[in-house]
Amino acid sequence: MSTVVDDIHHEEHHDHKPSGITRWLFTTNHKDIGSLYLWFSLIMFFIGGAMAMVIRAELFQPGLQLVEPNFFNQMTTVHGLIMVFGAVMPAFTGLANWMIPMMIGAPDMALPRMNNWSFWILPFGFAILLSSLFLEGGGPNFGWTFYAPLSTTYSNDSTALFVFSMHILGISSIMGAINVIVTIMNMRAPGMNYMKMPLFVWTWLITAFLLIAVMPVLAGAVTMVLTDKYFGTSFFDAAGGGDPVMFQHIFWFFGHPEVYIMILPSFGIISAIIPAFTRKQLFGYASMVYATASIAILSFLVWAHHMFTTGMPVFAELFFMYCTMLIAVPTGVKVFNWVATMWRGAMTFETPMLFALAFVILFTIGGFSGLMLAITPVDFQYHDTYFVVAHFHYVLVTGAVFSIMAAAYYWLPKWTGHMYDETLAKLHFWTSLISVNVLFFPMHFAGLAGMPRRIPDYSIQFADVNQITSIGGFAFGLSQLIFLWLCIKCVRGGEKAAAKPWEGAEGLEWTVPSPAPYHTFEKPPKVE
Amino acid sequence: MAENQSYYVPASSPWPIIGAIGLGLIAWGAGNTVIDMTNNQDGYGSTVLTIGIIVMAVMLFGWFRDQINESMQGLYNDQLGNSYKQGMSWFIFSEVMFFAAFFGALFYARVIAVPWLDGASNNVMTAEVLWPEFVAQWPLTKTPGGTETQAMGWYGLPLVNTVILVVSSVTCHFAHVGLEKDNRKQLTAWLGLTIILGCIFLYLQGAEYIHAYEQLGLTLDSGIYGNTFYMLTGFHGMHVTLGTLMLIIMFLRVVKGHFTPDNHFAFQATSWYWHFVDVVWICLFVVVYIL
Ligand code: HEM
Ligand SMILES: [Cu+2]
Repeated sequence: MSTVVDDIHHEEHHDHKPSGITRWLFTTNHKDIGSLYLWFSLIMFFIGGAMAMVIRAELFQPGLQLVEPNFFNQMTTVHGLIMVFGAVMPAFTGLANWMIPMMIGAPDMALPRMNNWSFWILPFGFAILLSSLFLEGGGPNFGWTFYAPLSTTYSNDSTALFVFSMHILGISSIMGAINVIVTIMNMRAPGMNYMKMPLFVWTWLITAFLLIAVMPVLAGAVTMVLTDKYFGTSFFDAAGGGDPVMFQHIFWFFGHPEVYIMILPSFGIISAIIPAFTRKQLFGYASMVYATASIAILSFLVWAHHMFTTGMPVFAELFFMYCTMLIAVPTGVKVFNWVATMWRGAMTFETPMLFALAFVILFTIGGFSGLMLAITPVDFQYHDTYFVVAHFHYVLVTGAVFSIMAAAYYWLPKWTGHMYDETLAKLHFWTSLISVNVLFFPMHFAGLAGMPRRIPDYSIQFADVNQITSIGGFAFGLSQLIFLWLCIKCVRGGEKAAAKPWEGAEGLEWTVPSPAPYHTFEKPPKVE
Repeated sequence: MAENQSYYVPASSPWPIIGAIGLGLIAWGAGNTVIDMTNNQDGYGSTVLTIGIIVMAVMLFGWFRDQINESMQGLYNDQLGNSYKQGMSWFIFSEVMFFAAFFGALFYARVIAVPWLDGASNNVMTAEVLWPEFVAQWPLTKTPGGTETQAMGWYGLPLVNTVILVVSSVTCHFAHVGLEKDNRKQLTAWLGLTIILGCIFLYLQGAEYIHAYEQLGLTLDSGIYGNTFYMLTGFHGMHVTLGTLMLIIMFLRVVKGHFTPDNHFAFQATSWYWHFVDVVWICLFVVVYIL
């Protein structure tokens, strides 16, 4: 054994970072991996965004003008898949990588090599998914929810590529989640007990649990789609004793916790930013923790609210209706606490705070439309219309994405050592805020009036509302280029940032210099 | 610097990204293999798949070699050991949820889908309009579409296999006890026996499949009964195969003199995995074969 001793010792120089491309390929450093995740997610955000632009361009007028319906369907499908698995989830994992070790006083993530592996699977997974778009017959066109029999009997040849890319993306998320959960449970600095952890850490702990619990179920679902399509099984085919409705149950058992995976970390971010710019302690820390946990538990009991019109016994319809409405209670607790934190605070309105405030208001609108959808008889009318599209874009774009933007502005000084350009940032905020509402608010009305989702053409009474929506869409898309430019500018230079650039900010991450040194906390910090 | 540190952070390593490439090739290759197969065409799918598997094998070998060397040098501290243990437990939890999806499918098909097709609940008209002749039963030996098959009994091979797997869990435990008492003889003997039992299990499982295909007409595409039967036993079998491979690697390491009574994470993880596979089988034996 002793012959190999010295060739593994050479990378022990902890204060100097390896240079060149291998730094990024072989890295075990949580900050490098965090940056990789964040840049990757930004790229995916623009690729998915480009697809949304195609969708909005086609819907600018009634009739078919730009793309074939089959291609339109591929755009809605891949837009959804990329935004969920490529943009939002990796962005949160990137934030977790960067921030959690610093917030709990750990030197790095618990399993640094697996961390690198989790990240590098992503580019391959998406390369496979995107490459299927260029095959004969095209890529996946059955919606991000890949309902059977659309994804089995009626899907095109390339479905197997979709299935296997989902498999490896799932492996990546599970490994990423295991890493986060183990880091939090095992790497906290002495004195950092659970009820002292920042809420971002708490929400990620619970998110990681949800991920480990439901990503394997997604893997099972895609596997059954694969065998149904290619190997003659009939899980989702009544002729063989299976049931397409079963697909929906399995998918949404994954799918609903998945939507909370995409919002719980946001709650953590907002709970960090609002106190910082209000110069007050967060109101109701413990109730925030319990609310997060109850949301996570309830999220396993509400999946069939996506299936009210699919067909279920009345008892099940009622059960899922009440459970869904129950989620509004802990969610309300959170919104109440954020507002109460601001009450009589010394507020200032730097860009992170602006995005956080927009989050609180607009996410709440999304929560209210969710409540409307949760009422079974009402959902009979709204289901599969643009009302649903409006709902989930309010919670996901003005919710999850806005919180990610807020987080980026809040921590950019810590990551880069430079202050971002506040004028550009304000411009980005106001253009985004206005355009996003022009984009998504009219969708509520289109939906209430009965416009179905996932359709490339529509009858003329919906023309005006779609035109407004599309204009909002293009404006929102363009506004994000400001953000890209701002990020690049901030990485390359700018006013030097202090260790703690925000007066009211709290937490261990602000005790280290900006930019945070390559290795923080080589020895456990003291937590009082 | 390195000396006065109280934390240990593993150095950077090329293996993870090689693993990512391997997984990428496997996914891409497997996808294309399946597509080529259904179109009856020769493609590069299987070649890519094979290369991917080789890359993965090389990666696992290299990664574990580095890992073992570092561990034997005493570089790891208790905290890292704990991280490994917790990581392994969460991994097993994720596997539990993977099986849960298929157990869930079995439950749904059996308790809901099949009875509904025969008019249960408020589905009288469904049955009337779709397949009026269809009779609900489990095992579903005649599908609504008319495919017929025979059910697999629980006595005979499956029962023998259950006994084998349960015994192997016990022998695995004895091996672990041997390791903890630093009794290498006990360790090697019980571990070897566990491996043999694992192999016998796999052999019998193969025999059972052949019997099912040739005598019972119970095939992967013979309707929901065959589907759930093969998915559950098949994925379980894959896990037994993986577990047996892990046990074999542990055996080789034991022979080389690795592991001490208080430093044997790899062995412990393997044994947890083996017990997990065993528990899955017991659930499976009850709900797939007996009930
Ligand atoms: C108060 C909380 C919420 C309630 C009561 C709620 C309720 C609902 C209901 C009933 C539906 C199904 C509508 C239909 O298809 O007819 C739905 C769809 C959806 N919700 Fe929510 N929701 C809530 C929060 C969220 C959050 C926080 C997210 C994500 C961050 C989210 C994401 C989605 C998505 C993506 C869909 C559509 C899935 C699809 O069909 O493609 N929801 N919601
Ligand atoms: Cu839901």
